[in-house]
Amino acid sequence: MLSEIISIVAQSPNRSSQNFEPDGRSIALDSALSTQHSALLQARGLVRRFGMAAALRGVDVEIAPGEQVALLGPNGAGKTTLIRVLATGLRPDAGSLTIGGIDARRHPDRARHLVGVVGHQTFLYGDLTLRENLRFYGRLYGVTDLETRIEAVLDQVGLSSRSSDLARTLSRGMQQRCSIARATLHDPLLLLLDEPETGLDEAAQRTLGGILHDRANRGGGILVASHRAEWVRGFSDRAIVLRDGVVTTDGDALAFGRSADPPVAAAAIHG
Amino acid sequence: MRSHLGAAPILPSPPPRFTADAMTSGMSLSMFGRQVYAVLAKDLLLEWRTKDSLSAMLVFALLVLVTFNFALDLRPDLLASVGPGVLWVAVVFGSTLGLGRTFAVERDAGTLDGLLIAPLDRAALFAAKLLGNLALMAIVEIVCVPAFAILFNVAIDVFAVVVTLAAGTVGLGAVGTLLSAVAANTRAREVMLPVLLFPILVPVLIGVVQATGLAMGSVSARDMPWLSLLLAFDAIYVAVGAVAMEYVLED
Repeated sequence: MLSEIISIVAQSPNRSSQNFEPDGRSIALDSALSTQHSALLQARGLVRRFGMAAALRGVDVEIAPGEQVALLGPNGAGKTTLIRVLATGLRPDAGSLTIGGIDARRHPDRARHLVGVVGHQTFLYGDLTLRENLRFYGRLYGVTDLETRIEAVLDQVGLSSRSSDLARTLSRGMQQRCSIARATLHDPLLLLLDEPETGLDEAAQRTLGGILHDRANRGGGILVASHRAEWVRGFSDRAIVLRDGVVTTDGDALAFGRSADPPVAAAAIHG
Repeated sequence: MRSHLGAAPILPSPPPRFTADAMTSGMSLSMFGRQVYAVLAKDLLLEWRTKDSLSAMLVFALLVLVTFNFALDLRPDLLASVGPGVLWVAVVFGSTLGLGRTFAVERDAGTLDGLLIAPLDRAALFAAKLLGNLALMAIVEIVCVPAFAILFNVAIDVFAVVVTLAAGTVGLGAVGTLLSAVAANTRAREVMLPVLLFPILVPVLIGVVQATGLAMGSVSARDMPWLSLLLAFDAIYVAVGAVAMEYVLED
């Protein structure tokens, strides 16, 4: 199945018409999805300490193309730290990290092109309009045909009519939706989301689920961290449970969902 | 892939255009320039809308000049030797307010992480922040120098003073921009910048005060090497800032 997905992605008719500036020599998608690197994300033995406290203690994570993975765990389990490390925003003390075949520890700048992140914070500038925010981030990622792309992602999150509003004038939920637009603006290979449902109403959560589902269907990898097992398992293939910086469960999300009705799932996650 | 989300509206999307250019071996000059432009344009637009830094810098620098004007009864012969110092105290104190906000404002707004997870060359970030600071400091100087000339009744060789101010401002801006990133990672970031800045700034301050004295005619032409020394420090501070930024911003 994995090879089929890779094949579908690699045979995409628009593959060569990248939305991004071919900065220097252009390397085809084949490099990222070569047979040697079947996983979009491969992390081995990640360790991250803050002073004496270890937030991550040898975490292994692997995400295949088209896979939607839920990262579950109670508060303080290390979910946010793991997301930040995988996003190359935080350097691990030990372990290896490969994104799209790129050694992200040695070449973080190259790996960053492949990753989109929705974090606790929206990364939006309050005194810029939504369009100006997206234009700024689009320029950082080297997105070409930027205005068209901005229209597309704003439309996708239902904010086209608010594109000229200052970010600070919008509700938390709307800012979060714009943050999702920002994270998908450069059409990343891998999408990392840290409790993205924060502030979103039911309709917006469904829209988000649709966006993630759509991206996964197109061969992208998704990792969604949350402490709300019921919400994320609804659209995940696999669930990873993190506790005290260690992966305690890594398995099929559906099986996890079946075997664990909400109270049992909560017990599994929270201990 | 399955969905338990019901009839979520999934909009038609183009096939993936996953960023193949990400796997290029390095950043081209044009991409570097575009990133500098993006950050600089964003910072200047934000400052234009809020005027948070500029207003504080201007008011503080002018207050220092006015205070010195009242506090010191400078005779013309004393003024020639003390004047450059007075001018630069005003410029440095005023500028420090703006420099301190360079990265603190990103940290406080929660946008610094957004910059750090983007494929933004750290040297480009340094260059953009430096240019933004230089623009604000230039405005402060454009206001302060005439105010200084009027308040202290000093005749100024405009060209010489502009060259000296430019050289001094680059040094001050480079050190301040780098140390602003250092201070932004500390809890007492507002008070940390001056503590870190002033000791490192001493060589620049000595050079720029002497060079300004030369421009004002209070120092003889044989002291010309001060400007060369100043330019050398500028080059060193800019180079160190561009290289060190990556390590300074690392968590």
